[in-house]
Amino acid sequence: MKIGKVLTYLALILGSIIMLFPFVWMVSTSLKSPIDIFSLDIIPENITFSNYIKVMEESLFAKWFLNSLIIAVVTTISVAFFDTLVGYIIAKFSFVGRGVLFILILSTLMVPTEMLIIPWYMMSSDFGWTDTYWGILFPGLMTGFGVFLMRQFMEQIPDDLLNAARVDGMNEFMIFFKIAIPQVWPALAALSIFTFLGNWNAFLWPLIVIESEALRTLPVGLSFFSSGEAESQWHLIMTGSTIAVIPLILVFILLQRHIISGITLTGMK
Amino acid sequence: MKNHSASSKKIQKTSLIGKFRGNVKYQKYLFVYTCLLLPILFFLGIRILPTLFTFNVGFRDWNLLATGVKPFIGLENYKVLIQDKVFIKSALNTLIYIVLGVSGQLFFGIVVALLLHKINRFVGFFRVIYFIPYVTSIVAISWVFQWILMKNGIINDLLIKIGLSPQPFLNSPDQAIYIIIGAMIWQALGFQMVLFLAGLENIPKMLYEAAEIDGASPWQKFWHVTVPLLNPTIVFSAVIGSINFIQVSFTQVINMSSDGTGGPLNSTMTVVVYIYQLAFRKFDMGLASAATVMLFLFILALTLFQMKVLTKKFDY
Repeated sequence: MKIGKVLTYLALILGSIIMLFPFVWMVSTSLKSPIDIFSLDIIPENITFSNYIKVMEESLFAKWFLNSLIIAVVTTISVAFFDTLVGYIIAKFSFVGRGVLFILILSTLMVPTEMLIIPWYMMSSDFGWTDTYWGILFPGLMTGFGVFLMRQFMEQIPDDLLNAARVDGMNEFMIFFKIAIPQVWPALAALSIFTFLGNWNAFLWPLIVIESEALRTLPVGLSFFSSGEAESQWHLIMTGSTIAVIPLILVFILLQRHIISGITLTGMK
Repeated sequence: MKNHSASSKKIQKTSLIGKFRGNVKYQKYLFVYTCLLLPILFFLGIRILPTLFTFNVGFRDWNLLATGVKPFIGLENYKVLIQDKVFIKSALNTLIYIVLGVSGQLFFGIVVALLLHKINRFVGFFRVIYFIPYVTSIVAISWVFQWILMKNGIINDLLIKIGLSPQPFLNSPDQAIYIIIGAMIWQALGFQMVLFLAGLENIPKMLYEAAEIDGASPWQKFWHVTVPLLNPTIVFSAVIGSINFIQVSFTQVINMSSDGTGGPLNSTMTVVVYIYQLAFRKFDMGLASAATVMLFLFILALTLFQMKVLTKKFDY
């Protein structure tokens, strides 16, 4: 029994090393000077921050970071608001066209994003949306998945609760914000976190719709930087990767309870 | 809902309540249709119509560089695709990515979840560590793997140190695809672990106790209690995992393959990468659209297949 426990911990520790080593090596390389990067020291002999200064000065990482942040935040707010609202309306109101609307939205879940990229690209060039913030974020403003998820949770709110608020003279918007949303708060938080993550890491669509260097998002910027300007300069590539990775890891560690319970909550539905 | 309106209709005797109800009803409709205006426009204009448009483009000779009419050519694009060696290769690769990648993810996800389920200290700590790759940028981590696995990178250095010969990894047409699949498993197993951990916690302890009384071995307990009860989680994870794999594979392949476009020798090419090349390198929108339609049908078939097979197996 004791030995079994020890072996379990050993296996988990070994696995943890595999999970963490790439990050350790990434940060380690980013702190080495160019002549030292092929040394096998995990803690560099001479720690230097010159790579960070160089990357921040010579490329647009700060701008790309900001772009990603703006796009992920705006998209997340939009998805959180509209998906919750539509999910609420479909769950709690009967009106002409409700069934059709729900089936239409569900059917969009079957269509992979890859299939829409060509028409989106043509739309964007026709309307002049290429190379704008709007062009990057318009496809993600609402999601069928979010509507479906929020509808599931909204359905569990008792009708009496909403009707009581109506009798009290609350208008429908107030009821939505003050009565309905607090009831589905955990699901809304989970939806928001995953929307943010997805948009922060989005690669395919931003790669297509962005042309100018200044508008790139962090993943697109990092990809061009690593294969272009910094080609084979691994100390710089690892510095860029660290800039892209570390903030998200920190945010994750802060929010990990919510993120992990969010997966269970939305995944087990 | 129906009962409700019927019962409230009975109450609607005095005119005062009648007026109130009328007002509420009017307010409700106003609210519903105002709120739905933008979402309906969005789902129609950005989701549904573009989907139909893709089907249309797939039947046409549509090159972005050519001006003038885009003639209807029936199934010609589809014929070209099924005779296209690179497309066939990319389709087979996509299948390899999904089969190995998803089963690898599920396997390691279950293993880590079972290990974590056995211990009672540091569970939260390990959970965080195994989950970290899932939240990190795929682009960044792809370049980290390139750096670790390059010709004179640290893994080859270590291989030489312990007396083995260095490996080409991402530069080898035989190894590259498996390396990329490994990276994808590494990144996603934490997500599966969380799902399975929750699934394991939902299994009532008395089932195990009952099995013990019946004299079941640990392996029998796992196979006859844990697996059947985890089955809904397995189905869910397999479906989500497959769809994710198809999409995520693009980012990994572009950033990890040695030439950045599915090499060496198209050995890591996936359907999505090929669609991207057809559409945005060769500007052949007709051919690319036909390929996305085939991808769509493939995902649809795969989803239905997985739901059928995986739910049937342990139908108690």
